[in-house]
Amino acid sequence: MTTRRNFMAGTAAFALGSPALMGRAQDGPIVFASILDLSGGLDIYGAPMEATTRMAIDEINDAGGLLDRPVELKMYDAQSSIQLYTQFATQASAGDRAATVHGGITSASREAIRPTLARFETLYFYNTQYEGGVCDANTFCTGSTPAQTVAKIVPYAMEKWGKKVYIVAADYNYGQIIAQWQQRFVAENGGETAAVEFFPLDVTNFGPTITKIQQAAPDLVLSALVGGAHVSFYRQYAAAGLNGSIPIASTTFGVGNEHNLISAEEGNGLLAAYSYFEGVDTPENAAFLERYEARLGDDRPGLNELAMRSYEGAMLWAEAVKAAGTADRDPVIEALRSGLSYDGPSGTVTIDSQTNHCSMNVYIGELADQKWNIVESFDNQPPADTQLVCDLNENPNQSTFLFENGLAAAGID
Amino acid sequence: MDLVVAVLFQLVYGIANLALISLGLAIIFGMMRVINLAHGEFLMLGGYTVVVSTNAGVNIWVAMLILAPLVVGIIGVIVERLLIRWLYDRMIDTLLATWGLSLLLIGIVTSIFGASTATTISPPLGVIRIGAYTVSGYEMFLIAVTLVLLAGVWATLRLTKLGLLARGTMQNAEVAGALGVSTNRIYMVTFGLGAAVTGLAGGLLAPVTGVLPTIGATYIAKAFITVISGGAAILAGTAAGSVLLGGINGIFTFLSGPTFGEVALLLAAIVLLRLMPSGITGRFFRKSL
Repeated sequence: MTTRRNFMAGTAAFALGSPALMGRAQDGPIVFASILDLSGGLDIYGAPMEATTRMAIDEINDAGGLLDRPVELKMYDAQSSIQLYTQFATQASAGDRAATVHGGITSASREAIRPTLARFETLYFYNTQYEGGVCDANTFCTGSTPAQTVAKIVPYAMEKWGKKVYIVAADYNYGQIIAQWQQRFVAENGGETAAVEFFPLDVTNFGPTITKIQQAAPDLVLSALVGGAHVSFYRQYAAAGLNGSIPIASTTFGVGNEHNLISAEEGNGLLAAYSYFEGVDTPENAAFLERYEARLGDDRPGLNELAMRSYEGAMLWAEAVKAAGTADRDPVIEALRSGLSYDGPSGTVTIDSQTNHCSMNVYIGELADQKWNIVESFDNQPPADTQLVCDLNENPNQSTFLFENGLAAAGID
Repeated sequence: MDLVVAVLFQLVYGIANLALISLGLAIIFGMMRVINLAHGEFLMLGGYTVVVSTNAGVNIWVAMLILAPLVVGIIGVIVERLLIRWLYDRMIDTLLATWGLSLLLIGIVTSIFGASTATTISPPLGVIRIGAYTVSGYEMFLIAVTLVLLAGVWATLRLTKLGLLARGTMQNAEVAGALGVSTNRIYMVTFGLGAAVTGLAGGLLAPVTGVLPTIGATYIAKAFITVISGGAAILAGTAAGSVLLGGINGIFTFLSGPTFGEVALLLAAIVLLRLMPSGITGRFFRKSL
């Protein structure tokens, strides 16, 4: 007679000893997990990312799946809670035995799940624009980083408006580090930073700062404000009549489709730099927009870099699985790091093997009537910021976030 | 000189802003000892009323001044009838119930309108020039509205029959009930009025803030701290709490930055409540409204 304890031990041994038979069976579906904030304060970012992730997986399956196997999407809603991120990351890798996990929106959520996924040896894609500095063999960062966006928009805006810059940024790791990059690029281009101000995420009254900005009389304001409460800044800035006299450039405004949350006259003239705007003029993008609209109808979520990278991140992974001939982690990583590239709606995206980041096209958009018009584009920009500090070719066994304590601590002055 | 005027204006606006977002909560707390944790969502509903109705072509002033308080006031009465009235004198239970209500309201608005709703309104009334500085005419209007609202609440409580009955109920509900006052109805009307004032505030802030289903969370903490620091007297409490905390927040924001402004506000509230556990009006202005 089998006792219950023996039975349990036997099952556990079976589960541990034969993962291939349990979850990663060669004929079952390949599991693709996505963890995003689909409710709570961050859902303005998460909702469009979910829409494009679902679209990517459906398109992969409509084309016959991968390696003659269907791809199964497990979508987790982290509800804007970091605790749920770690829980779902464990569930996705240990429970679902996902071939890859895509997701994380804020840098805090990325840092919550990145170590978990590295420990479980589950391939991780972070598809969000961020401050740079992740150096992790198991993690691929497909979003743009400051050397790709801030480095482009700062000279463009300074050329257009003048050299004296006032910086406003969100008060957490992303905003703090981006503000350091902004100051660095302002100095590199011969400009002067008048002041830097940080705002907790729940500040809704920007009156004192707006007066201070008038006192400092800069030529332009660089914004790295984040989230719904900070939308108030742009509105109060316009209400005080400053949008006409001191223009704003940003590398955060727009990824939450904030340009729809303020009126046309409040936002007109605002500049932003991303790796994608809906106005990208390529046949791939036109075809993508047509499919997207056919899928979701007229009230579809607006597309921005986060949404596009969620799509292209999934497609990059799919290309790598095809190239590797398997969904197992190590061969897929090898395929990705072989300089894999994907011609997506945003242009050609190529994995940089030194950093596991991407070279990509970067666009500067100017807001007019709640629409972004592309005024300048830059082809195939490398992740030069992370390349300064990270070399996975030299030292592949790394899983660190090098900008955790700011740029100076990472050896960048 | 221009700078001093501009800074003073922002200081006054910061105080008025705090009073505006707190007044509805203060009415409900002062009259009924109910702490409405769905207060932030009532503000959000006021904002949504304005965004949705202006998108449908309604005049912005009608939307802000009439529709927002009306819609949220009606929602308030419904909430009082269905939820709050079963929980009188059970403060912890009302906290929990209204917190649940706040999650429910966020969920309902998100499922109807999605994660965000596009808007077409911008603050009316243009710009006021103070020498080299400009301030928003609309913010000036908001300061005026806050004063009018405070005066209106004072007049209602002091000069009307409803106000007399309400004050009686507030002082001693049992005696008021024994004298023939329908305390039940007074509570319903009070909650509805508190919600309407909150809706009006949310509607008025819609043109100068981002309106999202989750935006209530950014207001609730500050409104809550202002009301608790102010104490039980509705008007004097809100005014005293706003002047003290809004003033400290504004001054420190000017001197160092927004982060320290927020820190100073919270620190001031902690020290204040340590020294005066029942708020400013628990110690001073005790006889005031």
